[in-house]
Amino acid sequence: MNDMYQEELLDHYKNPRNQGALKNFDIKFHDTNPLCGDELTITVKVKDNRIQDVKFDSRGCAISVASSSKLSEQLKNKTLQEVIKLDNKFVLDLIAVPISPMRLKCALLSLKALKKGICGYLGQELKE
Amino acid sequence: MKKVKQLDIKKIRNDFPILSKKVNGKKLVYLDNSATSQKPKRVINSISDYYSNYNSNVHRAIHSLGERATLKFEEAHEKVARFINASKEEIIFTRNTTESLNILAYSLGKEITSKDNIVITEMEHHSNIVPWQQLCKRTGAELRYILINKEGKLDLRNIPIDNNTKIVSVVHVSNVLGTINPVKEIGKIAHKHKALLIIDGAQSVPHLKIDIRNIDADFMAFSGHKMLGPTGIGVLYGKKEHLKKINPVFFGGGMISSVTQEDAQWTDIPTKFEAGTPNIEGAIALAVAIDYLEELGMDSICNHIKELTSYAMKELSQLKNITIYGPRNRERAALISFNLIGIHPHDVAQLLDKEGIAIRAGHLCAKPLMNTLGTAAVCRASFYFYNTKQEINSLVSSLKKVQEVFK
Repeated sequence: MNDMYQEELLDHYKNPRNQGALKNFDIKFHDTNPLCGDELTITVKVKDNRIQDVKFDSRGCAISVASSSKLSEQLKNKTLQEVIKLDNKFVLDLIAVPISPMRLKCALLSLKALKKGICGYLGQELKE
Repeated sequence: MKKVKQLDIKKIRNDFPILSKKVNGKKLVYLDNSATSQKPKRVINSISDYYSNYNSNVHRAIHSLGERATLKFEEAHEKVARFINASKEEIIFTRNTTESLNILAYSLGKEITSKDNIVITEMEHHSNIVPWQQLCKRTGAELRYILINKEGKLDLRNIPIDNNTKIVSVVHVSNVLGTINPVKEIGKIAHKHKALLIIDGAQSVPHLKIDIRNIDADFMAFSGHKMLGPTGIGVLYGKKEHLKKINPVFFGGGMISSVTQEDAQWTDIPTKFEAGTPNIEGAIALAVAIDYLEELGMDSICNHIKELTSYAMKELSQLKNITIYGPRNRERAALISFNLIGIHPHDVAQLLDKEGIAIRAGHLCAKPLMNTLGTAAVCRASFYFYNTKQEINSLVSSLKKVQEVFK
């Protein structure tokens, strides 16, 4: 029954890392996945153009929560430009389980929201 | 009481090629019938028969193929009409329920002003919310909701219909709660205030024996693909007297009686609402689907799925950590929405899929209702007459496995 829901992924779902909201933030962005009703709010503290701290408030399926949890662990000290350049493969490699086409949006919601938030902060258009 | 014939489910299942397929190496258990039903061989073959043997445009062709296609297309109107106890001029072919409702929102909308109100319910599908919401935005009219009670039924003590209500548009069977709404009673109240009653019959026409004259609705919308027909063919029923009066919203070929450089006159009903080349094979295949349903008998179909739904309700209720939505009594439709506590519906559906079980997960196109229920999404298992108790057993035992994975 279960090749997508490996224990490690489920651990990130049940105990998501960097979960919650920063009180003191420079970037706040809310996004949803209308397909399944996943909701996500990110808050980011920026210092010298680098991510000093980030929190994800994610409510949704195991795939979307686990992917935001895993992504959150990779972000500290990255420059905003570096984050904008992260591609979908980066997140899919982090998740490291086969994601069916219908679930890609769940897996990629956190990266998309993060990039949109940063682009808004920098006053740039997000290149899809 | 007339004795209702029992269905021979084993024999029936052989008529549906897809039901013997394997999905992910497991026998398909198809429990997403509220989204779309599967199709019997006869319906599938009727489409290829049309294209292989008499493909031709309808209405104006003076040749044998065109004549045959036209007769079949007209016969499809008759069959749909008989199925719901209407007359054939009252049946307009559209793409689906959504298109039927949009046609009404535009056509009836021309008479709506900012003094008027339109009444819908809290359990509507987006297709019976958004067209009216948009109409209200265009005209300044007020959109009112009949609310639901804790049981998941309409609160009939507080129906916001008054003398300024022009349209009451109500879902017959909720695609989320399975509630069967008392549309006839709501219609009486609407008519007392000179408002029109529109029924969204997408979930009811495939499952219940509908006598539209008896319900006395002014209009009804439904889709072919939820009742064994192909996608892309839907129906708008309207009382003759209304259809004669209201204007079409699509203009062009087929729907005119005369055209000059300055003006045009419309042809008779229902054709004035069917501009352009219609979905001919869709209409013909829907008629074949109706023949099939009538051969089984809507009473027998209704009995079987009622029994199946009661069984599913009993079995699902015994699971731990499950929330079931909608009425618990026998008078409900053949779908059950639920949540396994702590597990997102998409994860449930994904894991069931590995077992070959197809259910629906999400907001089911009813976001306002999801808000009322206090959830972002639900799982929904929905049944049709070809489903069996064994399939429900598979569903329940696989749900237990899902709970194990997430333990």
